[in-house]
Amino acid sequence: MKNIEMTDITKSYDKQKNVLNEINLTIGEGEFFVLVGPSGSGKSTLLRMIAGLEDITDGIMKIDDRVVNHLPPKDRDLSMVFQNYALYPHMSVEQNILFGLQAKKVGKEEQRRRLIETTDMMGLGDYLKRKPRELSGGQRQRVALARAVVSQAPVCLMDEPLSNLDAKLRASMRVEIRRLQKRLGLTMVYVTHDQVEAMTMGDRIMVLHDGSIQQVGNPIELYNEPANLFVASFIGSPKMNIGKAVLNRAEGRLIVEDELNINASESLMSDIPNDASITVGIRAEHLTYATKEDATHFMEAVNVENLGNETTIAFELNNEIWTVKWPGQWEIEVGEMVPVKISCEDLAIFDTGSGRLIRAAKRVSKGAVPV
Amino acid sequence: MSTMSPATKPYEDMQLAFEAERRKTKTRNFIKGILFLLPSIILFSVFLFYPMMKTVYLSFFLTDASGATTVFVGLQNYIQLFTSSIFLKSFKSTFLFVLYIVPATIIISLFLAVLANEKLKGVGIFRTIFSSTMGISVAAASVFWLYLFNPTMGLLNEILGFLGMEGIGWLTDPAWALVAVSITTIWMNIGFTFLILLGGLQSIDQSLYESANIDGAGYFYKLRRITVPMLSPTLFFVLTVTIINAFQTFGQIDILTQGGPQNETNLIVYSIYREAFVNYQFGAASAQAVILFILILLMTALQFKFGEKKVHYQ
Ligand SMILES: Nc1ncnc2c1ncn2[C@@H]1O[C@H](COP(=O)(O)OP(=O)(O)OP(=O)(O)O)[C@@H](O)[C@H]1O
Ligand SMILES: [Mg+2]
Repeated sequence: MKNIEMTDITKSYDKQKNVLNEINLTIGEGEFFVLVGPSGSGKSTLLRMIAGLEDITDGIMKIDDRVVNHLPPKDRDLSMVFQNYALYPHMSVEQNILFGLQAKKVGKEEQRRRLIETTDMMGLGDYLKRKPRELSGGQRQRVALARAVVSQAPVCLMDEPLSNLDAKLRASMRVEIRRLQKRLGLTMVYVTHDQVEAMTMGDRIMVLHDGSIQQVGNPIELYNEPANLFVASFIGSPKMNIGKAVLNRAEGRLIVEDELNINASESLMSDIPNDASITVGIRAEHLTYATKEDATHFMEAVNVENLGNETTIAFELNNEIWTVKWPGQWEIEVGEMVPVKISCEDLAIFDTGSGRLIRAAKRVSKGAVPV
Repeated sequence: MSTMSPATKPYEDMQLAFEAERRKTKTRNFIKGILFLLPSIILFSVFLFYPMMKTVYLSFFLTDASGATTVFVGLQNYIQLFTSSIFLKSFKSTFLFVLYIVPATIIISLFLAVLANEKLKGVGIFRTIFSSTMGISVAAASVFWLYLFNPTMGLLNEILGFLGMEGIGWLTDPAWALVAVSITTIWMNIGFTFLILLGGLQSIDQSLYESANIDGAGYFYKLRRITVPMLSPTLFFVLTVTIINAFQTFGQIDILTQGGPQNETNLIVYSIYREAFVNYQFGAASAQAVILFILILLMTALQFKFGEKKVHYQ
């Protein structure tokens, strides 16, 4: 059981400088650590550096309190699921899965036992004799996953391991991976694009953008108090609604995108520096439905997606599209003016220039039982 | 009552129309195919099939010095060959030669290719050196080795002398001549084989090795479980080509030993040449050529039958 510690880790390729900039990070022993970020932000690169597959341009990488900058991958005692699977095309599924165990000379019985356990978990029992090219994309991905899981190495790195699975299988795999990780006490570094995976699986999430850490924290923290506009719009689905705003202190009003006129509370005004140019953000669930009488605003619906158990409605607001997500089925016509309620306590306020959070939304959507 | 309801009638008509259309497409494709093949059919006919037929035809005759047929002798040429001790020896030498050359060429080239495939500084220089023998003609290479094999001034014997050993009559000692020719041929083959194998190695996906590294696989484990199987199509190709080449060796024999000493290096192709252009026995030479052809055909067929199963194609 090992922790991973990075100090000022920097990476430059020949063709591209500063793919990663001074990453400082400690991943605890037995922690499920999720790495998210847009395509090209350096997630795979960071993972490959932990695995020892990429040189570290600068900085110190420690695993289990030992500097591993120059330790070859095979001595790091970890397992990895590659983004492109990297299955051995000439070997059957079984041989693929057992490759590592055979390399490490694990006993035959133990191999059998783990093979059966893993293939049961991944639902690969029927495909053991097939070659990778005879499998579907999702099945290949499961083989890649099985190969990492079977090794039971104390550190496990996964690069988008569920991206190719259907929704149902993905949901069950999420649970399986999480359970396995807890049972074996693995230190897991998990790259994903999927909001749901990030929020549900991670003990902590790190958001990476252009090779720099945007924020590290537990999922709810990132959701409720995003450190900047980037994290705010990256975490959460649908993404946070964002608009430029002007504060009129004299009248105590906040004008968003020249359209929405919101009552600003005293505490809100005192939190905002005098000459700040601000951007506000509001989560989809905080734009609540109102009756015509108690509505604070009316917004024009431009798109309605009825999903059965919930409805996503898009409103147009001076070139910005804002979305809301309301439980249940709503009969709303496109073009209709929909009454909504917006409270300034639900607004997150950001500095427009730096993107930094000035004030987080004061209310969070708690469940029925107050904490 | 009619068995055919009005509704199925148009359906059957359509089926017929489809059938006709399909036949038309088939004929068109056939004609297109033939047109594409025509150039190679013509070339092969003129330069391959015709000479081949002519050779088979000649092998049933005795000829005069100009190659014109004189007497039809049926299988006599063949029978004589298989009772001639010289031809049988030539047969044996050829097989020995193939046996010396093929494994050595492939193992050495594979070794060099694996070395040259490492990501090291300046490895490009070695790649150039290792593949350089490909650019040297048979004649130049043979002359070069002729000097090395020279019994008195040759480098090889000088080294032996330096080590305190007797010099060897590389090209004159019946026990060594075939070995000497083999060494030369291996050296000449390495360039090509090396280059092909290196190409094969470089087309193996690096991520397979990365994955193996993470799995904790050692160098030789990776070599055995990944490199060799992934390289098997290339190895198979190289094996086939090297075997065929070995059977057809001629140039270096002509320059180094002329089939001597005591016919030790009188490989089949050289024997054919001597029979035809020294002894003017075109019939007998043709018979040998036919035997060689069948031999190579058989070897290649056997290889495909047994070797291809072990080859992993992507
Ligand atoms: N070998 C390389 N040489 C040069 N640049 C590279 C190399 N590998 C990656 N990069 C660059 O580094 C950046 C980060 O790449 P990386 O693969 O880490 O992205 P990622 O976050 O994993 O993206 P994705 O979500 O699409 O997988 C990209 O801009 C990419 O173009
Ligand atoms: Mg990636």
